[in-house]
Amino acid sequence: MVFDLSFLTRHLPDFERALLLTVGLGVAAIVGSLVVGLLGNAFRNLPLPGARLAVRSYVELARNTPLLVQLFFLYFGLPSLGIHWSGLTCAILGLTFLGGSYMIESIRAGLDAVKKEQIEAGLSLGLSRFQLVRHVILPQALATALPGVAANCIFLLKETSIVGIIAVPDLMHLTLGLIGLYYKTYESLLLLTLAYLLMILPASWALARLERRLRYGRQFA
Amino acid sequence: MVDNSLELLLKNLPLLLDGLISTLTIALASVILGLLLGCVVGIAHLSRSSAVRTAAKIYLEAFRIIPVIVWLFVAFFAIPIAFNLTISGETAAILILSLWGGAEMSDLVRGALTSIPVAQFEAGRALGLSEIQLYRQIIIPQAIRRLLPGAVNLITRMIKTTSLVVLVGVVDVVKRAQQIIERTHEALPLYAFLFVLFFILCYPLSLLSRWLERKWPT
Amino acid sequence: MADMNSQQLLSTVMPASANRQILLSLENIRKEFGSRRVLDDVSLDIHEGEVTVVLGPSGCGKSTLLRCLNGLEPIQGGNLRLRGEPMPGSTGDWRAIRQQIGMVFQSVELFPHLNVIENLLLGPVQVQRRKKAEVLVEARAWLQRVGLADRELSYPRELSGGQKQRVAIVRALCLNPVAMLFDEVTAALDPEMVREVLDVILELAHEGMTLVIVTHEMGFARAVADRVVFMDEGRIVEISPPSIFFEQPATARAQRFLDKFLYLPRHAEQKL
Repeated sequence: MVFDLSFLTRHLPDFERALLLTVGLGVAAIVGSLVVGLLGNAFRNLPLPGARLAVRSYVELARNTPLLVQLFFLYFGLPSLGIHWSGLTCAILGLTFLGGSYMIESIRAGLDAVKKEQIEAGLSLGLSRFQLVRHVILPQALATALPGVAANCIFLLKETSIVGIIAVPDLMHLTLGLIGLYYKTYESLLLLTLAYLLMILPASWALARLERRLRYGRQFA
Repeated sequence: MVDNSLELLLKNLPLLLDGLISTLTIALASVILGLLLGCVVGIAHLSRSSAVRTAAKIYLEAFRIIPVIVWLFVAFFAIPIAFNLTISGETAAILILSLWGGAEMSDLVRGALTSIPVAQFEAGRALGLSEIQLYRQIIIPQAIRRLLPGAVNLITRMIKTTSLVVLVGVVDVVKRAQQIIERTHEALPLYAFLFVLFFILCYPLSLLSRWLERKWPT
Repeated sequence: MADMNSQQLLSTVMPASANRQILLSLENIRKEFGSRRVLDDVSLDIHEGEVTVVLGPSGCGKSTLLRCLNGLEPIQGGNLRLRGEPMPGSTGDWRAIRQQIGMVFQSVELFPHLNVIENLLLGPVQVQRRKKAEVLVEARAWLQRVGLADRELSYPRELSGGQKQRVAIVRALCLNPVAMLFDEVTAALDPEMVREVLDVILELAHEGMTLVIVTHEMGFARAVADRVVFMDEGRIVEISPPSIFFEQPATARAQRFLDKFLYLPRHAEQKL
């Protein structure tokens, strides 16, 4: 295996650009998913008939279908209905659709973990529903949910690798293009691998540290 | 519109089914190989030899950090060059999916084994059971209970990930759908079909995993 | 010794209480969990400054009774009154009542993500909208009184069971309630820590606070109670002053209950 170093250095800026796009996409998906996760749980707990069922249906639908199919559906299927969204838009929507369902589940697990007795203690102090959620339930729920949420974030960053299929100029798209054009398979794949290491490893470490800090700072008696 | 779509799907059903067989074959092969591999590596994670443990850890992390699709392309493009063989999309797919499934499964197996309290081992030995009896009667049944929900969940994920094989040239159900679209330009009903198809494949497994979790809560 | 009904029992209450104002009154309370009747026609008046200890076998409804008093359990029949005013129903707003009736739980339930002082400030500042500086002074005074002044910034996980329970009591007191409910607050503590908590409750009793206490600590019950309310199967069976209840209870059921708790060797003729 001989690596063409000049190829590597020549195309570094391309990879940089694609990496930034991919990271940006990942962050947008994470933010979107968190919003969906929080709203989904808020909606789920409303005293509306069918609210729980609606959320459960969404979650099951999103989690039991592959992202690839979801993206193809958005990008190639919707134009039949007159909706022409860009690859990037479809990518963000698709990732948020999928990620949101994972976040809903993680946050729900956190909420369910708050003991009924804690809620009673809060009520006994005269706290209103809103105060109860804000001061007693949410802090504990989010701390419990954090590992799941962190795992979902890493998952979303990895899933961004698929969006190249709908013409988003991300890392995969770039790599395949380079291999097709220059046949520099090893070099391209090496850069690709390094790019993902660069993206995922720090995220993985950062979230592990955050998790650890929260666990020591707020260990539950 | 719906009638036309159903008609379209029915007309092309043989093609789609052909693709589905391909998808399911790859999925099944990968699941079997991956789960077996995962059991072996899972035990390796707990080996007394730190070299074995480290090797297992590197294997796990490699598949945890690098997305599966990247591995798929590495296998599909680099292996022919490196080993001077031609490799079919199917082979690359089964290879990578098994390795990835094995990595995930090994983590589940390790988790299941380490979650059994040491007291169980001690109690078993105190009763005079031999190591083999201990594992067969006490440890393995409990490990399986802790393992199964996650394993079923992994199978669901593997089925979903099988959809990626279309990108390395495998003529699976996604590819067949794309071929039909090229001919008829009816993208919406076909992707909707794929959506529903995967849902039908995965949802029952999802329910099973949930049921198992409820049956054997830890 | 026949069992008396609730109305007849009221007349066995110590005459001294009749001079004090009625703070809390329970009239013909009925509570069901599904088809099971947990509280059956329970009536009781609790006077200002009175310490009422509720005793009874497991499942007799004593904890449920307590929880009905601050709305944690809804009732299906009867009336609850605070100073003559009816308390909110199952759909009403209990916040105002809960600020006046404090409750301490067996499982303590300090908020684990807040330190001691934050636990104490939450109620007064958020619910009663009092100024933090003002509440701090009061909270610190209470911590001083229970011997935990140096633990202000500690988190619940850093405290022992007895310390946590004392903080829980102070947390309820910071709202300046007119009555306090104690639901088996020492049952989950290690034996060496029970005393420090009971001492706090005893002090509150001596200061004239209205207390309703559910407990299994018989010695403590005897020391702190103005009167003992004995319950069985969802009904009040006997109300007696402690001196009578623990020596020569008026009812056979109470006697059987005491036999189980005070471990005295059986004589040959006594039935099991």
